[in-house]
Amino acid sequence: MKVLVPVKRVIDYNVKVRVKADGSGVDLANVKMSMNPFDEIAVEEAIRLKEAGKADEVIAVSIGVKQSQETLRTALAMGADRAILVIAADDVHTDIEPLSVAKILAKIVEEEQPGVVLCGKQAIDNDMNATGQMLSALLGWSQGTFASEVDIDGDTAKVTREVDGGLQTLSVKMPAIITVDLRLNEPRYASLPNIMKAKKKPLDEKTAADYGVDVTPRLEIVKTVEPAERAAGIIVGSVDELVEKLKEAGAV
Amino acid sequence: MAVLLLAEVTSGELAMDATAKAVTASQALGDVTVLCAGASAAAAGEAAAKIDGVAKVLVAEDASLGHRLAEPTAALIVSLAGDYDHIVAPATTDAKNVMPRVAALLDVMVISDATAVIDADTFERPIYAGNAMQTVKSSDAKKVITFRTATFDAAGEGGSASVETIGAAENPGLSEWVEDKVAASDRPELTSAGVVVSGGRGVGSEEDFKIIEALADKLGAAVGASRAAVDSGYAPNDWQVGQTGKVVAPDLYVAVGISGAIQHLAGMKDSKIIVAINKDEEAPIFQVADFGLVADLFSAVPELTEKLG
Ligand SMILES: Cc1cc2nc3c(=O)[nH]c(=O)nc-3n(C[C@H](O)[C@H](O)[C@H](O)COP(=O)(O)OP(=O)(O)OC[C@H]3O[C@@H](n4cnc5c(N)ncnc54)[C@H](O)[C@@H]3O)c2cc1C
Ligand SMILES: Cc1cc2nc3c(=O)[nH]c(=O)nc-3n(C[C@H](O)[C@H](O)[C@H](O)COP(=O)(O)OP(=O)(O)OC[C@H]3O[C@@H](n4cnc5c(N)ncnc54)[C@H](O)[C@@H]3O)c2cc1C
Repeated sequence: MKVLVPVKRVIDYNVKVRVKADGSGVDLANVKMSMNPFDEIAVEEAIRLKEAGKADEVIAVSIGVKQSQETLRTALAMGADRAILVIAADDVHTDIEPLSVAKILAKIVEEEQPGVVLCGKQAIDNDMNATGQMLSALLGWSQGTFASEVDIDGDTAKVTREVDGGLQTLSVKMPAIITVDLRLNEPRYASLPNIMKAKKKPLDEKTAADYGVDVTPRLEIVKTVEPAERAAGIIVGSVDELVEKLKEAGAV
Repeated sequence: MAVLLLAEVTSGELAMDATAKAVTASQALGDVTVLCAGASAAAAGEAAAKIDGVAKVLVAEDASLGHRLAEPTAALIVSLAGDYDHIVAPATTDAKNVMPRVAALLDVMVISDATAVIDADTFERPIYAGNAMQTVKSSDAKKVITFRTATFDAAGEGGSASVETIGAAENPGLSEWVEDKVAASDRPELTSAGVVVSGGRGVGSEEDFKIIEALADKLGAAVGASRAAVDSGYAPNDWQVGQTGKVVAPDLYVAVGISGAIQHLAGMKDSKIIVAINKDEEAPIFQVADFGLVADLFSAVPELTEKLG
């Protein structure tokens, strides 16, 4: 079985986001970019499937700007076997919406015929939480979202999902789209020798046009602004003072 | 213009707070029809009919719709979509599972976690863990939207909409429910509670989380946690507040032993009053706190619990 893992290049989660003064978006020029943290978890899970003998090939895919190559090299260094880069934008600030991403991924799935696609549950930049569900809809496959446990067994997979009320376990038919949550595993770091080896692993370069997908956004970004700031508060000296302040504020 | 609103129905019961907040959010978009779907949903439908501003309620009861499986629920919504311009839901994990699937089946984008309606095509939503607010205008014929409940007030209850029973769509039969692990609790629900007390890694153990729970019970509060506290096994996953957990905006939020990472702030910084208790005066949580107390939580929290008597 092949495993397909879409990985997205996003602003590193430690970087403080700066909104551009002209309201056009978030400044992504010259900031540290990394693999979306959820996608690292998906890559890790795919590699573990291979190590457990349940998968024989792990393919990482990224859709975006040319620089997404670096993200794919990271996936290869972690242990993916090969990678596909789909160039769909020239400018790092260009928007590629989950619907377009899902359409491109659907074409790749037709070509590669993976047994499972492991996505991150959400990308930490746009926070849409949509791509996996959309891909699943386009393919007519089953979906197991927000997974904190995955057990693939022949024709079905048992997926434990993190939901508002606690945990829900589903049995989904294979092939399936699974989107992974934070507690599924702890991703490994790539070792230096593996980073070197990754440079020689195959990385195919394609464009959105190769797949006949129109990536024109459906959502026009009207403006992007800083969120409202909170007014500065005070430091209280004791529990008694805290209780007093809370009473004054009518909070207790 | 007509709106189809997917109600939050859990085990046959309507989640009134989340649903009524989404009704408020939808009010400016047109006549609101609420869809209650489930293995049993009639009682939920009766409850939804009482929400102010609801024009009509559709009840779909079918075994396939139990447990809110994404595939049959999305199929049902798509079968009804022809009559509506906006298809909306509160941004719960259930809706986030279903709505992008609906959107893709209709070949439209989804607008996740909207925090404001500007006009029928234009919505505001947080991106980058709430570090930026983006206004987007949709060119799609139909809009599929989830609304962040924390930013809307719940609609009142005084309505009497008509209730119509409809059939389910064909079940694609792609997944089956196995089990739920839901902790029963007498405490208020995290996303609708007026007061939330959250503990972080600083609490140190599951055992010591009782200190947090005792304060919460004194305040009639829900209990929350940071990701670090959940990952370390001090608290269950459904207590997590933040970018990837729940978003809350209570009147009072008490953060104990939480450093204030942006991913945590994303879930609570719209709370009306924020109290932080942390032994490190440099902790970033103090930058958003209205009242900060630099102290060891193991002495300060029990003292606070006692003095709030
Ligand atoms: C370099 C770059 C800069 C961007 N800058 C901005 C910006 O400033 N403002 C803005 O609004 N949008 C920006 N976007 C685009 C925006 O983030 C898109 O809408 C995005 O492709 C979808 O992300 P999401 O958070 O909505 O996806 P989600 O649905 O939350 O993502 C879920 C999962 O889908 C997969 N996935 C999603 N996108 C891709 C992809 N491109 N390639 C491979 N796998 C993927 C991953 O497994 C991911 O974990 C940028 C995109 C890129 C590539
Ligand atoms: C993709 C992604 C998504 C994430 N999503 C979330 C999310 O949804 N929610 C979330 O919370 N986090 C999230 N995180 C994690 C986040 O970055 C932080 O790691 C996390 O919030 C830290 O939790 P904490 O504040 O409890 O722990 P720490 O940062 O370790 O802070 C513990 C604090 O406790 C204080 N302390 C220790 N002992 C005492 C004592 N005795 N008395 C008083 N104070 C004490 C310390 O001074 C410290 O400030 C996410 C991270 C990533 C990468």
